[in-house]
Amino acid sequence: MSADPLVRARGLRKSFRSRGGLFRKQGPAFHAVDGVDLDLHTSEIVGLVGESGSGKSTLGRILIRLIEPEAGSLHFNGTDLLALEGAELRRLRREFQIVFQDPYGSLNPRMKIGDAIGEPLTIHKLVDGRPQRTERVAELLTQVGLDPAMATRYPHEFSGGQRQRIGIARAIACGPKFIVADEPVSALDAPVQAQIVNLLVDLQEHLDLSYLFIAHDLQLVRQICHRVAVMYFGRVVEQAPAAELYSAPRHPYTRALLAATPTVRPGRPAAPALSGEPPSQTAPPGGCAFHPRCPDAVAECAHREPALLQIDEGHKVACHLVAGQTPKDTA
Amino acid sequence: MPLLEVSDLRVHYPGTEAPVRAVDGISFSLQQGETYALVGESGCGKTATGLALLRLVEPGRIVAGRVVFEGQDLLSLPEDKMRRLRGARIGMVFQEAAAALNPVMRIGVQVGEALRIHRGMSRKEAHAEAVALLQLVALSDPERQARAYPHELSGGMKQRVMLAIALSCSPVLLIADEPTTALDVTIQAQILSLLRELRDKLSLTILLITHDLGVVAENADRVGVMYAGRMVEEAPVGQLFERPEHPYTRGLLRAMPGSGSVEDGRLPTLPGVVPDPSDPPAGCRFHPRCSERFEPCDRDEPEMLERPGDGRVACFLFHGEPVA
Repeated sequence: MSADPLVRARGLRKSFRSRGGLFRKQGPAFHAVDGVDLDLHTSEIVGLVGESGSGKSTLGRILIRLIEPEAGSLHFNGTDLLALEGAELRRLRREFQIVFQDPYGSLNPRMKIGDAIGEPLTIHKLVDGRPQRTERVAELLTQVGLDPAMATRYPHEFSGGQRQRIGIARAIACGPKFIVADEPVSALDAPVQAQIVNLLVDLQEHLDLSYLFIAHDLQLVRQICHRVAVMYFGRVVEQAPAAELYSAPRHPYTRALLAATPTVRPGRPAAPALSGEPPSQTAPPGGCAFHPRCPDAVAECAHREPALLQIDEGHKVACHLVAGQTPKDTA
Repeated sequence: MPLLEVSDLRVHYPGTEAPVRAVDGISFSLQQGETYALVGESGCGKTATGLALLRLVEPGRIVAGRVVFEGQDLLSLPEDKMRRLRGARIGMVFQEAAAALNPVMRIGVQVGEALRIHRGMSRKEAHAEAVALLQLVALSDPERQARAYPHELSGGMKQRVMLAIALSCSPVLLIADEPTTALDVTIQAQILSLLRELRDKLSLTILLITHDLGVVAENADRVGVMYAGRMVEEAPVGQLFERPEHPYTRGLLRAMPGSGSVEDGRLPTLPGVVPDPSDPPAGCRFHPRCSERFEPCDRDEPEMLERPGDGRVACFLFHGEPVA
């Protein structure tokens, strides 16, 4: 793997507050993304998993500057992405794209899908006139496994899987290098999921793309990702090569997530690995955010936040209980 | 005698050109105390089947079939008798707990509502019972939660409340339609574990409707696989996963993430899409997508045949005795 990552993020932070209203004061800030470092290399598929509210979608959107972080640095292919403005930023935008979970919500219902796919080509001046655009759209539709004749149809005429193919065609239209796939198959049935995932893998190989693959389904992530990062409450708690994360998960949260994922083996599972719910965003627990639910928590965990430390080649964990995490001050 | 016996149920919804045959002649029965899973992709008719048992298919219509519950045919019951049964003898939970709860009504009042209607309890009695029910579904601090509004609760907590409502009148049958689909996996595991506990404690019979074979594997006793409004295979859960006979069942199992059959980074797929339910293909409805189809498949509809053990399958590849 080359030394310079395609995407290099350091210390990214983003907090949100609930808006104040006529009868309500502005709410306290909660940290959706709370100091995340992430590298993504060319041709790499990195999985980002975590439960709702863990900050994974916010992180994905920060990486392509759909959301402005409050702190941290972000480099794309060596360029400081956060320093870019206006036309420069717009020019670079064709190199990173996003595929959303709900392709229906992201497609204009009154726009023919050929136009939805062709619009970015016109905006980025990648085609010269209508006939050329129509030709390129036909090519893109074929590439995602749709009939080019479908270009004149409207979004409602398509099934969920087909709409996701349209979303993918639009994402690859401008020849990006990096795609954030935000739960691209979560709304689809398993057989259709497999079709779309395979399409994404095919495109990744043919077009030499890099993906940040955001998902909550660990089994799916395992099968297509090279590396996986697990997020909990705004922070990455574990990061490892995919095979290793599944064979030797170290963070108690990763282990619990794996244990909670249903398998195809019939039989009653053990009692749920995790009790309780993810912490409240407005009243976060001190120390490690996972400690109130952690089966292995010790006193230290409630007081000091563990740092994300390397424990093995490419394997990082943020947990006081994992070897190598020496407490600086004892509680 | 089974607790519930469904035979040749057909449910049609209005369609633009032809009626949508959402459920097109399915039969199955639930034994007292078992968890029976109906599984299939979106649009296969599993939800419509669950709703038909309660006669809640508007704007659709139950055009044929029999649904015998505790000895009486629900489809010929007068509406007032049916209303007395819904929520009382048969409870239900749906996927969207948030949408099913009234946002401006306190949790305790919503849980107690059915008790006041079906049991004629006073406000005070219903509140006390509601708190006990919230405790039953393991909601922490039930006294306080009873006074909360739905927006103050998380998705998992709302689904616990939905369960409390469904169980409030001590039903014998619980219809759970995708009860954990919108939840995160760790919360899903909690709710499913609670459901198993309650089933044992209250000797419930559960009709579990889901698209997730993982949920089926870990929770069901028997499974019916639906495709395009028909049942294609039914078997005890162990036998179905060990020896799926119908090509569609095999395809579904292979396509499940984590089934372990990845080749060259590609997941095994089922080619094609589910058919249009207003115009299903002739013969076996699965034949256009089936890699094993042969001469009779696009012409004749396969009948249900006995699987070894205790199951049934509708496929020409299979050789067995017709189901009596």
